[in-house]
Amino acid sequence: MATDSSATARKPIAEFFDKAGMLVVLAILFIACSLFVENFFSLANMKGLALAVSMTGMVSCTMLFCLAAGDFDLSIGSVVACAGVLAAVVMNKSESIALGVGAALGLGALVGFINGFVVAKLKINALITTLATMQIVRGFGFIISGGTAVGIGIEDFFGLGNSAFLGVPTPVWITAACFAMFGFILNRTVFGRDTLAVGGNSEASHLAGIAVTRVKIAIFTAQGVMAAFAGIVLSSRVTSGQPNTSQGFELEVISACVLGGVSLTGGVGSMAFVIAGVLIMGIVQNAMNLMNVATFYQYVARGLILLAAVLFDRWKRRKS
Amino acid sequence: MEFPGVKALDDVSFDVRAGSIHALMGENGAGKSTLLKILSGAYSPTGGALAINGGKRVFTNTADALAAGVAVIYQELHLVPEMSVAENLFLGHLPQRFGIVNRRALADAARKQLELIGENIDPWMKLGRLSLGQRQMVEIAKALTRGARIIAFDEPTSSLSDREVRRLFKIIRELRERGCAILYVSHRMEEIFELGDRITILRDGKHVETNELANLTRDAVVQRMVGRKLADIYNYTPRACGENGMIVEGLCGPGLSEPCSFNAKSGEIFGFFGLIGAGRSELMKLLFGATEKTAGRVTIGGKPLEIVSPREAIEAGVVLCPEDRKKEGIVPVRSVLENTNLSARRRKARAGVLVDESWEQSNARDRCAQLRVKTPSVRQLIRNLSGGNQQKVILGRWLSETVKVILLDEPTRGIDVGAKSEIYGIMQELAKSGVCVIVVSSELPEVLGVSDRIAVMRQGKIAAILERADANEEKLLKLALPLETQRAS
Repeated sequence: MATDSSATARKPIAEFFDKAGMLVVLAILFIACSLFVENFFSLANMKGLALAVSMTGMVSCTMLFCLAAGDFDLSIGSVVACAGVLAAVVMNKSESIALGVGAALGLGALVGFINGFVVAKLKINALITTLATMQIVRGFGFIISGGTAVGIGIEDFFGLGNSAFLGVPTPVWITAACFAMFGFILNRTVFGRDTLAVGGNSEASHLAGIAVTRVKIAIFTAQGVMAAFAGIVLSSRVTSGQPNTSQGFELEVISACVLGGVSLTGGVGSMAFVIAGVLIMGIVQNAMNLMNVATFYQYVARGLILLAAVLFDRWKRRKS
Repeated sequence: MEFPGVKALDDVSFDVRAGSIHALMGENGAGKSTLLKILSGAYSPTGGALAINGGKRVFTNTADALAAGVAVIYQELHLVPEMSVAENLFLGHLPQRFGIVNRRALADAARKQLELIGENIDPWMKLGRLSLGQRQMVEIAKALTRGARIIAFDEPTSSLSDREVRRLFKIIRELRERGCAILYVSHRMEEIFELGDRITILRDGKHVETNELANLTRDAVVQRMVGRKLADIYNYTPRACGENGMIVEGLCGPGLSEPCSFNAKSGEIFGFFGLIGAGRSELMKLLFGATEKTAGRVTIGGKPLEIVSPREAIEAGVVLCPEDRKKEGIVPVRSVLENTNLSARRRKARAGVLVDESWEQSNARDRCAQLRVKTPSVRQLIRNLSGGNQQKVILGRWLSETVKVILLDEPTRGIDVGAKSEIYGIMQELAKSGVCVIVVSSELPEVLGVSDRIAVMRQGKIAAILERADANEEKLLKLALPLETQRAS
């Protein structure tokens, strides 16, 4: 009996840490930064922080699905840039916001669909496929823009990225909505559960009647649309389409997801943890900026954090 | 050598003598492969020790084992087909100077080693061009180049021709003469009695007996392996069969050499026996729509059906428990609940989209209770369950659907005897309730024990269909063997 009671006494704490690992890290990090980093815990900085992570946040929603299904998408940074440029060019030509946004989203959907089709149907490795489309799409961005930033002539469009509602910037609202929506899809819909099953074992899923190809194509398409949308928001924020922007963005998003415990081999991932991952990355960057850490060192720090997170995760799994 | 107290093995101790061939027998899941893995250093024992020539050893990796003179020759050979025979022989310790391989020394040494076992193979031949039997010889030569004194064979004859088996036996006997200790794992009774000096029998990870083979009869060995009389684990009871089961006419597709036709009735247990590669699993995949048929007609419950995907098969009431549970059955990183509802959730979803959590919970619990799945909770990851329980969860997945035909491909492979007999019980229940049960098995006693009728497959076609009363081990084996070896023997 004695062993019984001690086991039940220890269990909830261990289980809590096991389940809440990254959330605890996030909380500790947040508190530490609030205490020790000057100007961190201020309304202005919080707003800035939220805005800074909003793009990563949006795209990490769909990247979570992509990774959970056992795949990868490196093309998103290029899609962000190309969609922004395309939106700018189309808007300037047609003087219609709807047309510009539509064209950019269409581009994202098309790139995503091609990624998905090649990966799921033609069974080409996702890393290679999206590495190729990443370069192709980046190239198109330069071609469309002629290699320079394209200023946008319609001022109404700037509201998307620069307005605020209840004091919170619109992109942050959008990101929050994405978190809620994709979290719901992952946990509560057949599609979400199928995604995790496909990532966990695509052959078993296929033999259990799940339309694996369709699930994967849908995920990649959603990913493309999401990246394009992020590109549109970005172009609104900076009032132009920038063909050079968001290089390395894909790695930032994947890092955030992995930090949030999403397994690169697929089958494991939760929205709450991805949000934690996104915020941890954002807070670290924000704190380093506030402490005037030179950019070069920031790269090193971010890499180390990612490595530490993955090692921690492995260690935790070994233990269990 | 001794192995007391090993994990997945429970307190197993026995000794293998130098200059003797020691057979290791046991059913699937009895712990033979675990034991070999420990011997080769691939697994570490959680308790107990291994003593060689009196000195205690614990291997933490395969290099340790090799250094101690222990080599395990597995069913799937650990050779690199793209490299030459010589390079394979000396893989990891190629004769070299400053990192540059000395090709002449390599060829000479390789030739010498091959001669030692009586093989005349060009050392520069690509390994991939050798026959399976020759590759096995290379593997043995490789073990000898490392000075192996203790050599374990894991089912070495499973894919060899008759002539190759004779050669292998000759080499093994020569190794014995040279004073090697040989551990020989096989299911084939004839081989054991022909080759072995002593035998150790394992059951459910426990040591049953170690004895001189001369003291035992075949029946005695079987009885010790199974632990009870053969008949009673199958729970066979004659049933009345209906008509409308699964009618297959002229089915052609990948893996089949000739059109297949058979008629399995509802309420019947229809067995498929054959050697590995006879096309049984391929046939099951075709029936389930996992591969595409090129011709033929399938009728289920009196209705002709065109099934082109597993999803359609499931909707038509045809389900498959695949052969390779790990690769094709379970989603290891997900819970028992997720694995149970993997298919049925589509049907139960609200508006076809939203997961019905409460139904899924209760369904998973019900199936676990019904099939007596041993798991602490339905939230447990399925990979933490034993093979038998994983198989039950997959069965539970299909019992959550409306099943007319259930295809079971090696349903008891790697499962302990207790769970086996439970699965046989489930098969009987299903048949009794009017489901057409089609079961593929490579184990003769099993297929004879459970089936009402048995189809024997050979080289991609159905060779014959036998009634239960007409079938026996000898007949089935004869029908299953390729025609060439039949003529040769």
